[in-house]
Amino acid sequence: MANDVVVDKGRRRFLTATTAVVGGAGAVMAAIPFVKSWEPSAQARAAGAPVLADISKIEPGQKVTFAWRGLPVFVVNRTEAQLAALPGEDSRLKDPNSDNADQQPEYAKNEHRSIKPEWLVLVGICTHLGCVPDFFGEIKPEPFDPNWKGGFYCPCHKSRFDIAGRVFDGVPAPANLAVPAYHFVDDTHILIGVNPGEKA
Amino acid sequence: MAGVFANLGNWVNERAPGLAPFYSKHMTAYFAPKNFNFWYYFGVLAAVVLVNQILTGIFLAMFYKPSAAEAFASVEYIMRDVEWGWLIRYMHSTGASLFFVVVYLHMFRGLMYGSFKKPRELVWLLGMLIFLVLMAEAFMGYVLPWGNMSFWGAKVIISLFGAVPVIGDALVTWIMGDYLPADATLNRFFALHVVAMPLVLLLLVVLHIFALHEVGSNNPDGVEIKKGPKGNRWSATAPADGVPFHPYYTVHDLFGIGFFLMIAAFIIFYAPTFGGWFLEHDNFVPANNLATPEHIKPVWYFTPFYAMLRMIPAKLPGVIVMFLGIALLFVMPWLDRGRVKSIRYRGLGYKIALGLFAVSFFMLGAVGAGVSAETIPVWFGADADVTTIENLFGRFWTLVYFGFFAFVWIYTHFGLEKTKPVPERVTTHD
Amino acid sequence: MTKPMMTSPFRSLLVRGALALVSAFGLAGVAAASGGGGLQHANISLGDTASLQRGAGLFFNYCSGCHTLDYMRYSRIAEDLGLDPKDVEEHLIFTGAKVGDRATNAMSAEHGTAWFGKAPPDLSLEARSKGADWIYTYLKSFYLDPSRPLGWNNTLFPNASMPNALWELQGLQVAVTSPGEGDGAEPVIEGLEIRDPGRQDAREFDRTVRDITAFLEYVGEPAALQRTSIGVWVLLYLAFFTFIAYLLNREFWKDVK
Repeated sequence: MANDVVVDKGRRRFLTATTAVVGGAGAVMAAIPFVKSWEPSAQARAAGAPVLADISKIEPGQKVTFAWRGLPVFVVNRTEAQLAALPGEDSRLKDPNSDNADQQPEYAKNEHRSIKPEWLVLVGICTHLGCVPDFFGEIKPEPFDPNWKGGFYCPCHKSRFDIAGRVFDGVPAPANLAVPAYHFVDDTHILIGVNPGEKA
Repeated sequence: MAGVFANLGNWVNERAPGLAPFYSKHMTAYFAPKNFNFWYYFGVLAAVVLVNQILTGIFLAMFYKPSAAEAFASVEYIMRDVEWGWLIRYMHSTGASLFFVVVYLHMFRGLMYGSFKKPRELVWLLGMLIFLVLMAEAFMGYVLPWGNMSFWGAKVIISLFGAVPVIGDALVTWIMGDYLPADATLNRFFALHVVAMPLVLLLLVVLHIFALHEVGSNNPDGVEIKKGPKGNRWSATAPADGVPFHPYYTVHDLFGIGFFLMIAAFIIFYAPTFGGWFLEHDNFVPANNLATPEHIKPVWYFTPFYAMLRMIPAKLPGVIVMFLGIALLFVMPWLDRGRVKSIRYRGLGYKIALGLFAVSFFMLGAVGAGVSAETIPVWFGADADVTTIENLFGRFWTLVYFGFFAFVWIYTHFGLEKTKPVPERVTTHD
Repeated sequence: MTKPMMTSPFRSLLVRGALALVSAFGLAGVAAASGGGGLQHANISLGDTASLQRGAGLFFNYCSGCHTLDYMRYSRIAEDLGLDPKDVEEHLIFTGAKVGDRATNAMSAEHGTAWFGKAPPDLSLEARSKGADWIYTYLKSFYLDPSRPLGWNNTLFPNASMPNALWELQGLQVAVTSPGEGDGAEPVIEGLEIRDPGRQDAREFDRTVRDITAFLEYVGEPAALQRTSIGVWVLLYLAFFTFIAYLLNREFWKDVK
């Protein structure tokens, strides 16, 4: 009954390790479909498709909100007076030159933060904690700012943004309101969600 | 690096000193007979399938909508819109059918080698309870896609409870929560299928394994290794014919699992509907309470019991006979009084009886699935009286099925069985 | 070291018995399916992308007016069939839907039932419930029948509410009958033949129907294209793993005598 087997420990270790590695690799590969199943489904992607916004009826000084990917997108037809006031605000702002590249595409890194000066397109979500800011377009003193030159005021924690969506100093929001990808299909239509020259 | 693990091990050991002994009791110092054969894979395979069902089931539940209005569409959403949803769905549906293949083979092993006999009656009873819960779980799962077979299968099976005297009709309405299988039924079946039954199943499986480990595993020779000589190359006090479960059977099972997964993968990727047996054609049509499918039948794993039901021409007796078909399995330890466990050393009568029992299970399955009804015109001509022939065929095999239990009782109670001498030590063929 | 599966005589008896029974039923099953079921073989090939593309065009031009594909997105068709989404939008979508939408239509169930007697069913899963051969045979089995409200009947699905949407291509088909047995018995349909040719001959029309059937088979399970190609790799991996596990098992069991 004595066992005369000579255990080749090296071979045993090698085979055990190999099985563990191959099995482990298989387990990782098997996990991939489950992890990927959490990605946006075709239904979510279809619902998140670009939105064609008709801007022909928006009066100067007026803001209209469009829905894109479940987000409010503000489109503002800015007046000459509003545009003229923009440079003067620079000293009161955290990021007057839009240096934070996460907040706008290249073509919106300019003084008016847009493709065409009069048309402002912004994602209407406060960069502090996500509330939807209110539009205060008129250039007149407001209770929250005696030198108000038009812009957005967030009721939740009192953050303020100018009429180009740039965030003021001394408010909790850390960044300018984001500019989404968009471009002009023609003079009266903006396609929200697609950069100029890009395929949908 | 090894030092870090050792320190961690010591930390845990000081605070949970029972863990290490628990591990050795159930793995490295659990001595299983060294002569396990092919039939001994099915327990661990059942556990693997259970894990698969739970994992894939959890993910399906993330996308499935449990309402009569949205369920069917949500399954198509999973199949088309969810990334890899089709794979998760097929893993779950294939797993469900393979669960029963594995469990039936596992139970058959018990009948062959007498694993239900003393001292393992408790293991067998827990196993039978697992089987019952599994059937309930599978039935409710099948209703969830809310296809036409889901609906009509639910209607037929739930209406069986109407056979209960006095309270039958009230019971049926109570189960459905409506006057026909409806949104209410679907919602409660979802909760039972996803939460309640899996918890019960897990508990029963744990108890089943604990009960087994209390008395030790049986083996193909039916020899109690604990009663034999002591001392092997791993332990002076353990049974001579035992080997530590870990690493010998963990490694052995790994191979079996690999092979099983190959079969499962082939089905999932190349034949997920398995010719309409695993995913039925009629269930790709949404539930319609006004149109019964032409050939209504339960999923394949219920067909033998469904056949028994159909072969009895009255409702309540039919239901009783069907449940008896399962109930008699529960009492096998008390029906079969033979002292010899394994079929290898039992009388010829038992071998024939068990063989016929297995054949009857397949034949009844064919009847329940409607295969016999389709084949009879081919064999007996187009104007054959299908119903009469099928009834004859089905009733014959029903008698054979129940005859097995009667035979075993008579054979062993009246000492009619002539057994062969059982060896002292397990036999292995090199 | 090998282990016996079961004691030899019993096992081989069981196996031989099982094989005999399975083959008996299997043969009977096969006999029933091919000729006895009365269905023609569609012989579709899901790997033939051109066929699927033609099928898509045919479906949306001849069928989508009445039949929806409620679970199928146009964008998915474009992706799987190698079509440009712009082309799909221009040539396959007649409802004004966007390319990411599903192929529904404006016909309500009430209108469908009122106009046809039975609302045209959604066809997303038709191939999964009826099978490709059924669809193929059905589309070829229409014949003129003045007794029906829309003038058409079908030998595979008697008294179907659907007219022959493909009549321009197939031509006008009529039933060849022989008198029924007994007094006042209905004539028995022996076969079908084309009375007035359509734009396609028999071979072309068969291909047309095959393309539509292939497209519907694809629509029934779009993932089928992926799953067979991934399956090879999964099986290869598992074979490799099982082999390694086998070696490991054999190595450890050398200890056991």
